[in-house]
Amino acid sequence: MLGVSVSSGAFVLVLAVFLASSVEMVEALTIVLAVGHTRGWRTSLYGVASAFATLVVLVVLVGPALVRVPIATLHLVIGFILLIFGMQWLRKAILRSSNLKAKHDEDEIYRATVVELESSDSRGRLDRVGFVVAYKGVFLEGLEVVIIVITLGTSAHRVDLAAGAAGVAVLLVAVLGVIVAKQLNRVPENALKMSVGIMLTSYGTYWAGEGLHVHFPGGDVWLLILVGIYVVTTWSLVLTLRRGDEVLATQRVQ
Amino acid sequence: MTKARASLPVRLAKGFAMFWWDFLIGETPELFVAALGIVGLVALLRIVWQLNEWALIALPLLCVLALALSVYRARTLLRKK
Repeated sequence: MLGVSVSSGAFVLVLAVFLASSVEMVEALTIVLAVGHTRGWRTSLYGVASAFATLVVLVVLVGPALVRVPIATLHLVIGFILLIFGMQWLRKAILRSSNLKAKHDEDEIYRATVVELESSDSRGRLDRVGFVVAYKGVFLEGLEVVIIVITLGTSAHRVDLAAGAAGVAVLLVAVLGVIVAKQLNRVPENALKMSVGIMLTSYGTYWAGEGLHVHFPGGDVWLLILVGIYVVTTWSLVLTLRRGDEVLATQRVQ
Repeated sequence: MTKARASLPVRLAKGFAMFWWDFLIGETPELFVAALGIVGLVALLRIVWQLNEWALIALPLLCVLALALSVYRARTLLRKK
């Protein structure tokens, strides 16, 4: 007996934060690489450092304030936010898997950012345009990571675990980014987004229920049941949409 | 005539509001409305009528329904384009 008990809640928490942070950081890295290649690495890294500093200030300011909010209210608000956020991710991933929406193409984003940066002309000691683009990219994607870490971590009383999982994801993506450079399109982003959507929606449902004093028999084991329900729902929706489109295509041919 | 640029606090407040608008509502207002409805209905079931089992079943079921409706709405809109 190892004496180590890993609860299903903690496992889903680490996995959800790690995957969500990886997806957001891949998006941020695409922008950082585009700025670095076109406007210089100094500008790009200044943008990254400034965005990280702003995010740290935000966490320091917001984090302690959350502890004072009554736990049921916190669960309800966090559950509500996660439910919407999770369903938005899931909806997008389902539409992409059913070929109704174009897959997120990191190469295309990279090219578009490069074109946008090359058309503007403000190169100097510190390129203002490049700095703003890198800062905005990292700040906005990072803000989503911060929201996920704070909401999931605070609800589960494991902010340390959530922050650790996000930190590992950020480091891993940064290291991989340096190695693979412009091959970010190889990251299976839609599959990751779908997994994160399922986990965020499961957490959102669970915490919203806790906030409304719904009694879940078996406690956080219910998280795994909810994950199962949303996996089956997602799978069924993708299959139904694909079949519907095949029928429509056959009818058009006839 | 040039438009006067807003002050920094106003721009920050606008940016903050825009971020939360995009984050919670954005292109899926139906999910925001559905989530509000789900929370309201489950609150009625659990807190007002004290029906825990019904609340437990209704919560994931309504979420599944909201997701399915939003996906089908998106498909209809995408096909019209």
